[in-house]
Amino acid sequence: MSTRTMGEPVARREDPRLLSGQGRFLDDLGHGALAVAFVRSPHAHAKVVDIDVTGALDVDGLVAIYTYDDLAGPLAEPLPLLIPHPTLTHSRTPYALARDEVNHVGEAVVMVVAADRYLAEDACDRIRVDYDVLPPVVGIEAARAASRLVHDDVPGNIAATMVQENGDAAAAIGVAPHVLELDFAIERSASTPLEGRGVYARWDAADASLRVYSSTQASTGVRAALAAKLGLPPNRVEVVAPDVGGGFGVKIVHPWPEEVLVSWAAITLDREVKWVEDRREHFIASAHERGQAHRVRVGFDDDGRLHGLEVTFWHDNGAYTPYGIVVPIVTATQLLGPYKPGGYRVEFQSLYTNTVQVTPYRGAGRPQGCFVMERVMDAIAAEMGLDRADVRERNFIRPDEMPYDHGLIFQDGRPLIYDSGDYPAGLQKLKKLVGWDEFDSYRAQARAEGRRVGIGIACYVEGTGVGPYEGGWVKIETDGSVLVATGLTTQGQGHQTAFAQVAADILGVPLERVTVITGDTRRFGYAVGTFASRAMVMSGNAIAAAARTVREKALRIAGESLEADPRDLEIVGGVVQVRGVPTASIPLSTVAVLSNPLRYAFDAESARATQFAMPADPDKPPVADGDSPGLEATGFYSPPRATFANGMHAAVVETDPETAEIRILRYCVVHDCGTLVNPRIVEGQVHGGVAQGVGGALYERMAYDSDGQLLNASFMDFLMPYSTEVPTIETDHLETPSPLNPLGIKGAGEAGVIPGMAVLASAISDAEGFTVTRMPISPSELFRLRRSHEEGTIG
Amino acid sequence: MTEGHQVALTVNGIPRAAHVPARRLLSDFLRHDLGLTGTHVGCEHGVCGACTVLVDGRPVRSCLLFAVSVDGASVTTVEGCCEPDGSLGPVQQAFWDCHGLQCGFCTPGFVTTITAYLDENPEPTEDEAREAIAGNLCRCTGYQNIVASVLRAADLRRGVRA
Repeated sequence: MSTRTMGEPVARREDPRLLSGQGRFLDDLGHGALAVAFVRSPHAHAKVVDIDVTGALDVDGLVAIYTYDDLAGPLAEPLPLLIPHPTLTHSRTPYALARDEVNHVGEAVVMVVAADRYLAEDACDRIRVDYDVLPPVVGIEAARAASRLVHDDVPGNIAATMVQENGDAAAAIGVAPHVLELDFAIERSASTPLEGRGVYARWDAADASLRVYSSTQASTGVRAALAAKLGLPPNRVEVVAPDVGGGFGVKIVHPWPEEVLVSWAAITLDREVKWVEDRREHFIASAHERGQAHRVRVGFDDDGRLHGLEVTFWHDNGAYTPYGIVVPIVTATQLLGPYKPGGYRVEFQSLYTNTVQVTPYRGAGRPQGCFVMERVMDAIAAEMGLDRADVRERNFIRPDEMPYDHGLIFQDGRPLIYDSGDYPAGLQKLKKLVGWDEFDSYRAQARAEGRRVGIGIACYVEGTGVGPYEGGWVKIETDGSVLVATGLTTQGQGHQTAFAQVAADILGVPLERVTVITGDTRRFGYAVGTFASRAMVMSGNAIAAAARTVREKALRIAGESLEADPRDLEIVGGVVQVRGVPTASIPLSTVAVLSNPLRYAFDAESARATQFAMPADPDKPPVADGDSPGLEATGFYSPPRATFANGMHAAVVETDPETAEIRILRYCVVHDCGTLVNPRIVEGQVHGGVAQGVGGALYERMAYDSDGQLLNASFMDFLMPYSTEVPTIETDHLETPSPLNPLGIKGAGEAGVIPGMAVLASAISDAEGFTVTRMPISPSELFRLRRSHEEGTIG
Repeated sequence: MTEGHQVALTVNGIPRAAHVPARRLLSDFLRHDLGLTGTHVGCEHGVCGACTVLVDGRPVRSCLLFAVSVDGASVTTVEGCCEPDGSLGPVQQAFWDCHGLQCGFCTPGFVTTITAYLDENPEPTEDEAREAIAGNLCRCTGYQNIVASVLRAADLRRGVRA
């Protein structure tokens, strides 16, 4: 008997392979391939004057050395701007190899190909690059001052200026009973998956075809970009994302210089070529996120209700803008969270600096926006002497106001309309889970014992499942097994399991009979990618559509065989049967055989489908007009706009009165991502997101010095949390289905990270009695804030 | 490469010998010379723990050791943490039961680390379990389910069925 698996916390199907060392990550492939290493800029801003490779020429095993001058055609042009926007008036993207200027430490200047990585690095060490060093622009302040320019032809270092507004915020604030002006800042952080980037290319000269394996979040995008850059027809390029050791956003960028160059070298040399990023390269040559500074004016009434909100912020986009201005657009729109702002005006500038480019990292601009909005909520509560949860509740969009139109344009170019959500119910759950109403007495008791404890709260809304589309392909094989393919990629989200659950339930087959393939252009060529918490929403619904079509066909063919009305049939445990008459049945494997009329038999089962075996109307073609052989179908899902998940976190912290160490005593999460396909996987996503939120709030930052050197480009110094830094996470769920898609799903991938900075700033402020306005916060910074507070310089 | 050194060692119970350059890292030797790609390299400076293998039963960072320096030793990798019939060993099974992994890249280092730890302390408390894995980085899971996996693995090794 088959049992329904949707909504069940079934164990992951991919795990035994990964647990026993049988994963296939990028560097597990291509052991015989030539290895690539890069000479990268040691300077944040410089002219490349001369490159002398002579010293490297006698290195054993050296195969080739390439500089910009070796590139031609589209390969010699800057890499593409992936997401153009009318307000992105001054987009700049890098060359695959630096042309005559470098704009951040780590920019690739020379590519070396050698027999192995050791030898490639030997050669890199012997290459001399002469630079004319220019003064760099580092940090938002320097970028705004614009006394130096990152790109000579970009005035003011401004890539984009964008304004969005709904209502007249200035007027509303002007007549509001209370007004606050507040400043906030968030430092840089980064995705830092445990596996860095990597690419392995094989050229088949006789077939004129290229196969590329890349640790990417967007294999179809890589294929299209490589075809364009290398002048190949797309159908001669295959891109496969093998097992990918985490992405968290950084691997959505494409094509990376390395993807283009390694593929080109494979063709040029007619050899297999591979590059695997090392950890330092990942810090200085991939992408970062998070760096923003905000100024807020907010008007509100005695009850703490918002009348108007004006936000101006400055976004550090690093040296280049290959991913457009998606991150600041997300900040500008998602800052609003679950609240009605009254009049709203937001303006941002996206600014160049001589640092690593900024592209989405899990949360993608939301953690900054959430931090700002939630700090504003706390500031209003403090100003009016109101309970922080009450202020939030009073400003919530109510369930009966859904769908709620904010009057803004979201990152997908579609209106920012929340589809559903019950924020008051979530808040009630959270208050109960954390014991909000009892905390005052706990705090007082702790203070009496000389301990400083505080509680924080933060709410968010997350637009998930943005378009344009994803597809799914489902096939029932003649052995009754089911093959599912979708084009988007997997980096640990459990797609082999969750997508299989969708197909298994619709087709009535046991989960173990379903195999899922993702991120392989050979199996499914139309896709967008895995980002923006969209995989389950998009591919889940596409696979469901394909599976329903296959089911319908299977029932039709089974009905003909069983001489029954397909409406009277059900599929149970991989067997089609007349409902209530299990003896009148036919296995799906047989239906699959019958669906493909054969001339030739190759076994007893297939003999049933040959031309003398099947009863047939001699006047009709074996495959009817409009029909096709086989039990397979392709389906697509394309949403009108994003669906909006939401949640809220509460944290209890204790700060050491002497050392200012910050310890998280409790961390509670209530979240609502619509219908749950696999609660175990969703909970895991929440846990991982919270860990990254904790890291972003208390530990992780990119420490650039004024010369643009990244001082902490290693795991020794970039402090990712270990198990001892991440608290036990207590969770509760709400399930408000999305009305936008048939499965009612909202995305869950990024949820956990979004309110991390906000909730911990709230809790630390509560413990200390003054306001934290910058994140992350280290013990040293907290110590300095205490001093400033004692001196009366901060409130 | 003609220069090099002869290395003979036991890997997952099987004697292996090879001629390697002096600077060949143990991690590269295992992955690229022996094809045991279960051992992963996450940082190359001994911090993340993904490359942890057991040398004579003790967890070490294979990215910080030269292959020549373990000549004569007995090395266990994640592949060697399986049962003789190839099925999942208790630590691996516990990770599966507890959803202790997501992308799976750091996982081999956790499996080897925990295997050695449970030899030392077969009945850890939850706090001890958390401390036992505090030298390995995971970017996906938030560690909660890995802590649970340690406790579950201890149960499985003692024959306790949940």
